[in-house]
Amino acid sequence: MAQEKEGIEGQIPFTQAPDAGAEGEPEAWGERTRVVGERHPRVDGYERVSGAAVFPSDVVLPGMVYGAMLGSPHANARVKSIDTSAAEGMAGVYAVISRNTGDANPAWSYGGGHQGRLFEDHCRFEGEAVAAVAADTPYRAADALRAIVVEYEELPFVSDVAHALDEDAPGVHADGNLAGESEDGRGDVEQGFAAADVVLERNFRVGSQMQTPLEPHGCVASWDGDRLTVWESTQGVFAIQGELAEVLDMPLARVRVIGHYVGGAFGSKLRTDKYAVAAALMARRINRPVKLFLTREQTLLTQGNRPATLMTLKVGAKKDGTLTAIHFEGTGASGAYKAGGTSLLDWIAKDLYRCPNVRTHLKDVYINAQPARPFRAPGYVQGSWAMDQMMDELAAELAMDPVALRLKNIPDGSQARDDKPYTTDGLRRCIEEGAAAFGWQQARAAGKGKGVAGKGEGHVRRGVGMAAANWYVGDGGPPATVILRLYVDGTANLNMGASDIGTGTKTVMAMVVAEEFGMDPDAIQVEHADTATTQFATPSGGSKTVPTEAPTVRRACLAVKDQLMDMAATQLGRPRQEIRFAGDRLETTDGLETVAITDLDALKNQKVVVGIGERQPNPDDVSITPFAAQFCEVEVNTGTGEVRLLRMVGTNESGRVINRLTWDGQLVGGVTMGAGFAQTESRVLDGPTGKLCNKSWHDYKLPTALDVPDEVVSAPVMLNDEEANIVGAKGLGEPVTIPTGAAIANAVYDAVGVRMLDTPINPETLVARIDLQEGPQ
Amino acid sequence: MTDDTRDGHRSGGQELSRRAFIKTSGMGTVAFAMGPAYGAGQAAADEETETRLEAGETVPITLHINGRSERLLVEPRWSLLFVLRERLGLTAAKVGCERGECGSCTVLLDDVPRYACMTLAVEAVGRRIETAEGLMDGETLGQVQASFVKEDGLQCGYCTPGQVMAAEGLLRRNPSPGRDEIRHAMSGNLCRCGAYAHIFNAVEDAARHRKG
Ligand code: FES
Ligand code: FES
Repeated sequence: MAQEKEGIEGQIPFTQAPDAGAEGEPEAWGERTRVVGERHPRVDGYERVSGAAVFPSDVVLPGMVYGAMLGSPHANARVKSIDTSAAEGMAGVYAVISRNTGDANPAWSYGGGHQGRLFEDHCRFEGEAVAAVAADTPYRAADALRAIVVEYEELPFVSDVAHALDEDAPGVHADGNLAGESEDGRGDVEQGFAAADVVLERNFRVGSQMQTPLEPHGCVASWDGDRLTVWESTQGVFAIQGELAEVLDMPLARVRVIGHYVGGAFGSKLRTDKYAVAAALMARRINRPVKLFLTREQTLLTQGNRPATLMTLKVGAKKDGTLTAIHFEGTGASGAYKAGGTSLLDWIAKDLYRCPNVRTHLKDVYINAQPARPFRAPGYVQGSWAMDQMMDELAAELAMDPVALRLKNIPDGSQARDDKPYTTDGLRRCIEEGAAAFGWQQARAAGKGKGVAGKGEGHVRRGVGMAAANWYVGDGGPPATVILRLYVDGTANLNMGASDIGTGTKTVMAMVVAEEFGMDPDAIQVEHADTATTQFATPSGGSKTVPTEAPTVRRACLAVKDQLMDMAATQLGRPRQEIRFAGDRLETTDGLETVAITDLDALKNQKVVVGIGERQPNPDDVSITPFAAQFCEVEVNTGTGEVRLLRMVGTNESGRVINRLTWDGQLVGGVTMGAGFAQTESRVLDGPTGKLCNKSWHDYKLPTALDVPDEVVSAPVMLNDEEANIVGAKGLGEPVTIPTGAAIANAVYDAVGVRMLDTPINPETLVARIDLQEGPQ
Repeated sequence: MTDDTRDGHRSGGQELSRRAFIKTSGMGTVAFAMGPAYGAGQAAADEETETRLEAGETVPITLHINGRSERLLVEPRWSLLFVLRERLGLTAAKVGCERGECGSCTVLLDDVPRYACMTLAVEAVGRRIETAEGLMDGETLGQVQASFVKEDGLQCGYCTPGQVMAAEGLLRRNPSPGRDEIRHAMSGNLCRCGAYAHIFNAVEDAARHRKG
């Protein structure tokens, strides 16, 4: 067996470094590779399972005290007065800051042109910061918070996206509740609808979903003179460094942010928040490190959400399924400050399926709730919920197979980006290969609306559904820099600023290096996510980390290889053109002479070879886009409305698969999160008070081990997108979750003939709709 | 001091005890570094902090953690999770919610998975407490931990030590669990990264290898 593998590996050519000064791109990896594409356990797996990984919330420093934030308990209120004197006098309390401590209330912006303060006089959402304390234990910090007396003037509020623009709605800001409005389109939708044989129109409503990662948002802040070090639970240390330097009016070089581990983020930790500023300000006042992590309730109140969204979608099609027109109207809630309430909301409608006539119209509105934050595939998850259910209904209306209808409308290029051609036929391949892996035809024929034998005929019914997706940000791009150091013993250190948010970034990058040098990925030390010691990187998000960093890492490898070839040429006394790589050795092209990398005299002398990689721009005449399709089977209990996910097949075309193990993990995770979106997760704001009702995991339901399908199959489309970049890989993290919701809703329809247009698919509503349709069971 | 503060069944314990002391006095959280259980010389050595002593708020307890005994002073309201993480430096058990909803703080008490955030330190007296650190043999991972790495039963890794302890507790009482038993045993541990399917694989793998 080992020999067989040797034999196969022997046929895989090693990639060569381009000749020094050569123009153009380095040669692509071949179809077959040695390390890349394997299932490789994480290079930091040991740390993550043993407890050795130091997450920011694990940091304990000498002299450290514990910070805590006080938030407004009202949906909308003005702070009339704050009395912190009792808190200040309490045993163990080190610092209390509020708007009363003038030197600790710097300017703060939620973005979108907002200019405010750390502690606002007007708290426009529940949980908005009013004061912060630091004490010797978290218990005493909590005691101190309770001792602060705040007088509020409660103000009228608006919390429902559907009523934000009503005439009589209270204004979140003086100039009304419209935060932004935009239109897009092509062709002539009126003509398109006139030419259609079938026109359908539906209203969809998506509840606000909250990221709520397992590690709460927070940091440890520590000063050393005028230098600040912050351990922050973040997706991007450089972004946090920039933000803190600006708010604290400090030079970048005096702010160091470290984020080696982050306990989940999903878009909610791209920026920091008021807690970090408060921690830094208090730490400076008391000359002690301050650890300030928000409570779970505070993270649900203030640390991000996918906006509550209303969508109206009208679609026209010919009898043969050809789409003729799409009209999409969307309203999304930014929250109390402008925060992308409708960002990317219309992209699925205007980009995914081919349609010549499209009009989209988006309204971003203010409500009295925390500002939204990008949440894994922002806009796309909501848009897919509408568009892919609509495609399903259209298929039923036209008596077409849902797969056939989608295959009828595959575009060659990105319609929302001037029809720039796609680099692959990924959408078609995902749908076709996914349908085959799922056994779509058989499952449709067998399952449709039928009772399940042994479960009580007619009482529990099965159905199947599918949906597809693309994701326009999955191309990555500059800026990114990495440095690779090859040591004299043949091991290496990779220095890269990007965060590994759990997607397996470090492992993927180690595999890229291992591929180039014929070494074991575990022989590579990855140094990352520290603004003081690692190279600049943009935050890990938007499924762009692998396509951004992996080609950059490969360039750094090639820069090292280039130097090694010169060393070998000198040592072997041959011209450089006669030297080639053979794994951990170099040899002459005639095969007569060979030298191990570790035997290179020049390397022995200088101890290390350093290679720098810079991310080059993407080609601008193509659309580098990942694609996805998901197929699922559900069981619906018509008596209780319970929907059980039985199985899911996920097909992704994200270019080359680098680590199959973490790739499959992404799919498993994306499906779980998508199931939460469709079935259980929705923020509830109380009507009479505007306050958050489900501010705990008891009430805000995440999928548990009992809610996920028995069978999740990851069936990647195996192709290398060589036009995309020099590793051929595109982003995966968002495409794995975009189609899940609609696929589930479509399966529910297939099972019981009821179309659920709102998230989450509430069992009570579902059972009422079934009863309405069939009469009580 | 050693005799006063340790049950002392392991000679290496002295070092940890001292380190724990240095850390607590460095924190300025004097309350439990200074109780009557400590010798007068000790209190004098830390005079600066003694003035802020609020001995009435703490009680001396002994906790049996990962095969060692730790004697310390705690406020009765302190959770076991807080004491493990912030006082003893055992940070594998994580803070997710501190209200019994997520399981990221899971430890074993007498072989049974328990939420350390919902357990007061004083309640854990007399129990055998085990954390993910305690599953290691030196620097070698325990079987459940190794299986989590192999099957990639994790993503961000934050819920992972808790998942590992829940799995360890399951396998101690049921060495050959079926898939449904695994699901139920793991259902008290949230994973927002959604790694469940891989977690199930990891538990199955661990069960296979523990049996040998
Ligand atoms: S932290 Fe203990 S259950 Fe969540
Ligand atoms: S691995 Fe991230 S929460 Fe479980």
